[in-house]
Amino acid sequence: MKVSYFPGCTLKNKAKQLDIYARKCAEVLGITLEEIEAWQCCGGVFTTSRDEVATKLSSVRALQAAKEKEQVLVSVCSACHNVIKQTNHAMQNDTEFADRVNRYNDVEYDGSTKVYHYLEMLRDLVGMDKIKEKVVNPLNGEKIAAYYGCLLLRPNSVMQMDDPENPTIIEDIIKALGGVPVIYPYRNECCGGYVTMDDPEFSRKKSENVVVSAKNGGASRIITACPLCKYNLDKQAPDIPVVYLTELLAEALGVKEDGDER
Amino acid sequence: MQRIGVFVCWCGSNIAGTVDVQAVSEALKNEPGVVFSANYQYMCSQAGQNMIIEAVKEHNLTGIVVCSCSPRMHEATFRKTAAAAGLNPYMVEIANIREQCSWVHKDMLTGTEKAIILGKAAVAKVNLNTPLVAGETPVTKRALVIGGGIAGIQTALDIAEAGFPVDIVETKPTIGGKMAQLDKTFPTLDCAACILTPKMVDVAQNENIRIFSYSEVTEVKGFVGNFDVTVKKKARYVNEDICTGCGACVEKCPMKKVPNEFNLNMDNRSAIYIPFAQAVPKVATIDPNHCNMLKNGRCGVCSKVCAAGAIDYKQKDEYIQEKYGAIVVATGFNPISMDKFDEYAYNQSKDVITSLEFERLTNAAGPTAGKLLRPSDLKHPHTIVFVQCVGSRCAACAEKGKEYCSKICCMYTAKHAMLTRDKYPDTEVYVFYIDVRTPGKSFDEFYRRAVEEYGVHYIKGMVGKVFPEGDKLKVQASDLLNNKQLHIDADLVVLAAAIEPDKSARPLATMLTASMDTNDFFTEAHPKLRPVESPTAGVFLSGTCQGPKDIPETVSQASAAAAKVISLLVKDKLKGNPCVASSDELMCNGCSSCERVCPYGAITYEDKEFRMPDRTVAIRRVAKVNPAVCQGCGCCTVVCPSGAMDLRGFANRQIIAEVDAICK
Amino acid sequence: MNDKLKNTRDEIVRISGVNPKKCMKCGKCTATCPAFDEMEYHPHQFVAMVENGDIQPLLESESLYRCLSCFACVDRCPRGVEPAKLVEAVRLTVIRKKGGNRLKTDDIPALLDENIPQQALVSALRKYAK
Repeated sequence: MKVSYFPGCTLKNKAKQLDIYARKCAEVLGITLEEIEAWQCCGGVFTTSRDEVATKLSSVRALQAAKEKEQVLVSVCSACHNVIKQTNHAMQNDTEFADRVNRYNDVEYDGSTKVYHYLEMLRDLVGMDKIKEKVVNPLNGEKIAAYYGCLLLRPNSVMQMDDPENPTIIEDIIKALGGVPVIYPYRNECCGGYVTMDDPEFSRKKSENVVVSAKNGGASRIITACPLCKYNLDKQAPDIPVVYLTELLAEALGVKEDGDER
Repeated sequence: MQRIGVFVCWCGSNIAGTVDVQAVSEALKNEPGVVFSANYQYMCSQAGQNMIIEAVKEHNLTGIVVCSCSPRMHEATFRKTAAAAGLNPYMVEIANIREQCSWVHKDMLTGTEKAIILGKAAVAKVNLNTPLVAGETPVTKRALVIGGGIAGIQTALDIAEAGFPVDIVETKPTIGGKMAQLDKTFPTLDCAACILTPKMVDVAQNENIRIFSYSEVTEVKGFVGNFDVTVKKKARYVNEDICTGCGACVEKCPMKKVPNEFNLNMDNRSAIYIPFAQAVPKVATIDPNHCNMLKNGRCGVCSKVCAAGAIDYKQKDEYIQEKYGAIVVATGFNPISMDKFDEYAYNQSKDVITSLEFERLTNAAGPTAGKLLRPSDLKHPHTIVFVQCVGSRCAACAEKGKEYCSKICCMYTAKHAMLTRDKYPDTEVYVFYIDVRTPGKSFDEFYRRAVEEYGVHYIKGMVGKVFPEGDKLKVQASDLLNNKQLHIDADLVVLAAAIEPDKSARPLATMLTASMDTNDFFTEAHPKLRPVESPTAGVFLSGTCQGPKDIPETVSQASAAAAKVISLLVKDKLKGNPCVASSDELMCNGCSSCERVCPYGAITYEDKEFRMPDRTVAIRRVAKVNPAVCQGCGCCTVVCPSGAMDLRGFANRQIIAEVDAICK
Repeated sequence: MNDKLKNTRDEIVRISGVNPKKCMKCGKCTATCPAFDEMEYHPHQFVAMVENGDIQPLLESESLYRCLSCFACVDRCPRGVEPAKLVEAVRLTVIRKKGGNRLKTDDIPALLDENIPQQALVSALRKYAK
């Protein structure tokens, strides 16, 4: 099966592990990620104001590109996914906005592309049984804390990934890989996000809450799908590794080799 | 040709404020058939009615048009007036120039113009009216009460007291409902069981009352005074007539790990069980999903220990048919699921509980024998946070909560908070509220006592999230009056879950053709003036199936419903509605379309002999309407392809005459 | 409320798509807000102040830049008010003005460290600059 793939800027630079292992693991699981040609940065955050059009055009172009190939659009970066999914939702539901966008772009886009986060692709297009089957280095009961943050789950009316207050999608994957998920209450609380650029101390407090909560739960590693979350958490977690979920997946599926990310 | 009198009502300024009533009565004077036209301040008053009676006599009127309020208000009044004047009551037509005209228009000119048009339509109809005579049907003098909670119990007791037989159908193995699960009741703090169980015993001992427990209504046919009901008595694998309720089977049953629904699954029961000590009927029931004997034939202990020989593993579901004159719905409520509110961590911590669970935790017959211990480690909680309005007043999305106020939560939370402080003064109790709603006798005084005498911390604000960390529940909340965010380390969090109608209500409403609102509460015939009657004749409403209410209100409504039932059952015969469908046999082509659409099963087909023009006899299949069952909805007249089916009082030609008059 | 304030209020309501009248003043947004301690005006105040046309203090407040856009208030509000969208609209009202940028491109090099992801930069530019 082939899907359209939107990697995003960070995955080409600071978060190469997220990208490289996403592709490798997908191949093992029978899915080819076809990178969209000439994609542009999603902008990192979705501006909720209805009159903001220009900042959403790159997402619409990516969605249109996937539509032309009759493929679903997958991204693995939480931020890209959030922006693209919210843009798609606005194209479907806000006709005034959609009309304005379509006046800018050369092709009319109708909101019909299906948008998947890599996690949803694993759950809905691959299936936990298939993942289990492909595991070669099971995690042997390692206690892993899934960190969702905000972008994957909220706003739930649009994201519709999982129960926003008690999600299970990453935990199910951890279980499929032979690990034991740690359920801790800060897994869907904010890490401090982009405010790290404006008020690093505030952002630090938020990340600290998450890391402490995960450690209290007995986790030996924290996994995330968001480069900014990883950056923020890393600073607070000298004694607990924060890794991308694709790295963990690659480890268990036996496709992680040292030096991959360089 | 009719001789019609037109009477235009001012309704004080309700109509006359926006409609020129003089112009209306003048304009209608010139309509065909009208021989008299007048207007008056209040047509429904005694003077107004006398005016009609005199006009009938003086002008030999054969038909009457009253231009006034909705026929729902005063059609019956003016029909009686017509009868008093010696006219057939069905020679009266109402033109609704209030609700459908003066109240919705602001401009006198358009209002008057519309009132005249509505009056003309009514005149056109009366010109084609014919006297109608209502038939009579006998009344079955027995009532059915569906639901055996406090509402159903009170209704049944009152009806039985008046001397009529009543059957209670209850889905659970015992009557008692939610009230049986409560600990104390507000605002008097008397023990729920102490006041409920004597009533349950009264029900059991009343010879006019039969209890069908562990049963459900599966079919309802018929109509007011003559309902045919099928009740399914589910197999309980115990012979109810022999079982003495000694409990030996319950004690010896080896399967003891069944979640106990009576204690909201906070402890276990055995596979054969009696829900609680005061159950009525006090007989055991085998849970077929957990009984080894029923599942794989390996056990049989209960049968061996039963001295009475009441165990019957071969028992089958039984269907009982019975006739009733009236049906009372008392299906009650349930707290909503907390699954969609996991910011409060209900599914993540055992120490986040609902208020009903809190009732069981403080009840002497509950899982902790009445000691307030938190479920996770059975330790005494020192800090308790109560959260109000969980899922009530929630309009964010329909699948999450309920838009309405659940009404009872403010008071039971005040009760929980007060009782906790009374019994365990070392416990800090916080209540987060949006508004405290206490409109009831002695209610606000009760809430203030919780604050002033018992030192409960009432905080205007909401809990945003509960973080289970270690053995604490970290509660993050707002204190709006102090503009603060609070962080409380709690041992127990209690959620005042919204209440919703029982899931059985919707299918039951379909069976009864009774209407419901969008929240699945039963709709009353009139929100103020007929609050215990359903719009469907012979169906009455008791308790929370109609809307959230507390015990005193439920009991009041239950008795009111009983009074309505009694006043129906004392009648030997009921006057039917003469506005029913009838079929012209000569035009009927026997297609069965009408039979298929009739929601009441009022239409049957029969083979009938017809003498043909050539003197031969032909047998044809034709529709026949049972006028006692027909409710006059008119579906059949619409689907009839040959125009044979017509509705008396609303004949096609009458409706068309009205439309013509409006469009002229 | 003078005309200018009323226009600003109406513009904020329009671009945010938020109807502040839906608020029932329960305070759950503020209860759930992870930026509470850093904010001078809290989510429920944003809603009430916009509704009342009390906009000027909001336009001048640092609170605009503390909202994490985590959408917890949006998801947990029982009335579907979506306070975060209102905060964003007020912030845009400031940033869209000439000279209104909070984050200037010249400031960026000083904020960088070795590990900072590109995502942090583009997000901050979206939030703090036009």
